[in-house]
Amino acid sequence: MSLTVAEVRKLALLARLDLSDDEVASVRPQLDSILAFVKQLTELDTTDVEPMTTALDVDNRWREDQQLPGLMNEEALANSPSQNEGCFLVPPVLGVVASKKS
Amino acid sequence: MTLSDGYPTETIIGLEVHVQLKTQTKLFCSCSTQFGAPPNTQVCPVCLGLPGALPVMNEHAIDLAIQAGLAIDCSIPPMTKWDRKQYFYPDLPKGYQISQFDLPICADGFVKITDDNDPEKIRRIGIIRAHLEEDAGKSMHDEASGRSDSRIDLNRCGTPLLEIVSQPDLRSANEAKNYLTELKLRMTLLGVSDCEMQEGSLRVDANVNLHIDVNGEKIATPIAEIKNMNSFRAVEHAIEHEIDRQYDVWEETGKTIKDESKTTRGWDDATGKTFLQREKEESADYRYFPDPDLLPIRVPRERVDAAKASLGEMPAELCQRLQTQYGIKLYDANVIVNQGRELIEYFETAATTSGDGKRTSSWIQQDVMRTLNEKQIRIADFAVSADQLGELLQRVSRGDFDNARARDVFSHLIKNAGTVEDAVKALGIESVDSSEIETLCKELLDANPQVIDDVKSGKKQAVGSLIGQAKKKNPNANPKQVRETLLQLIEQA
Repeated sequence: MSLTVAEVRKLALLARLDLSDDEVASVRPQLDSILAFVKQLTELDTTDVEPMTTALDVDNRWREDQQLPGLMNEEALANSPSQNEGCFLVPPVLGVVASKKS
Repeated sequence: MTLSDGYPTETIIGLEVHVQLKTQTKLFCSCSTQFGAPPNTQVCPVCLGLPGALPVMNEHAIDLAIQAGLAIDCSIPPMTKWDRKQYFYPDLPKGYQISQFDLPICADGFVKITDDNDPEKIRRIGIIRAHLEEDAGKSMHDEASGRSDSRIDLNRCGTPLLEIVSQPDLRSANEAKNYLTELKLRMTLLGVSDCEMQEGSLRVDANVNLHIDVNGEKIATPIAEIKNMNSFRAVEHAIEHEIDRQYDVWEETGKTIKDESKTTRGWDDATGKTFLQREKEESADYRYFPDPDLLPIRVPRERVDAAKASLGEMPAELCQRLQTQYGIKLYDANVIVNQGRELIEYFETAATTSGDGKRTSSWIQQDVMRTLNEKQIRIADFAVSADQLGELLQRVSRGDFDNARARDVFSHLIKNAGTVEDAVKALGIESVDSSEIETLCKELLDANPQVIDDVKSGKKQAVGSLIGQAKKKNPNANPKQVRETLLQLIEQA
């Protein structure tokens, strides 16, 4: 199984990465080898194995609906490269139309 | 339905409704969910998506979701889990939204609404599922300033939402509105959500297409998902507009559901039109997978039973009770219940004080609701309290004054607030004692002897002219009392 150039481009768009042709060419075989590695799992027979969502043997861990102090505005914005009026300031996103959530 | 001189069409509508659950804190962290705080002041490492922060479920959100699900006749499966929905956008700092993909907390329910074409009939609108998810933040684009950067406020990030997905069972814009009204009513009666579209605690996306009957062959138009509607009225208008648009486009291009996949359209309130936002082909590929940071929930049976027990009255039961307890008709009970919890409480208080459910119901439906509409306010901000209205109507029932005088008092209360007693004094309304009325009536009969003859020959309505004159001489005279006194005096004459 090998990823097509179009598939690599689609993955890049989903991750908002603007890859050059050279980068696509170098990333493609790397992704292929990652997929091949994971594909080894298909060798296992899972016919009678129940699907699982966690490897832990616990469930129902929750907290009370009680407010606790969070971060101050200055703290929240402390690491942002750009800010304005208490907000994070971000540049337009690559492929905004395609990415805007439903 | 037939569009003007076109083929018969059937409209197919399914709604996705996001309801914000009324918790104090967010779904996975202990930050406040209060609306309207200054930007980025209700945030913590979890909702900011800082490295190493871990989510912990809010127990109350789970209980509210169960209650909401039961209120729309959903089943609550024994196991539910969390999944990551990945998309890249600045208002979602983690790069994924925690949602529920294949095992939602509520499954397979329904809501009953009145049939659009026949008010006697009930239509059952299926609910596919209702799942919990966290909200994203807010991005603000300041186009006026010419800046291309957006400001991001993450206060809303992580606020608990319940997304309720209906079957495509709705057949008209009006039915969609009725369904939303019923849904909102149930959620607000339960107190699981405020359902304020203006504040974003209720959001609606509508999937719409047409089935056109071309000489017996059913042709389906491409599905459009409409977004950005900020009121029930906008939902109605947007769907109506979309029906016309899809028919026109089909006539022009002949494109069917087979030729074009689903598109997303925005609603512009100002132009009254929907506009293309994106083709579904270019939409994000969400790559859902189970969230490894969160454990599955095995909903304890006792929790579901407790939620069932605490549901309280749903709209149908409420209507039933108002009818029997206050002696009002089903139609009137429906009108009051459909206005929501605040008005129901207002009615119950006023009706109890006045001791006259029918009169209270008719005053609320006419005078009170008309004033609320004119002033565009809610009952909570209405100047006349339920107690004062009850007091006023009790006095009308007692015969202290007639409806016209009562309306004067009511208007005075709207303008000046205060009590009925204050208003009565300010307006100079005095109850006139019966001897005074008798003297007044005697004078009138002496001056108009022909009325006595008329009434005696069977024309009782002849006293009408005298009632008008009595009212002129003494504005405080109660017309009903004047009429009775006149008839009594004539009989004795």
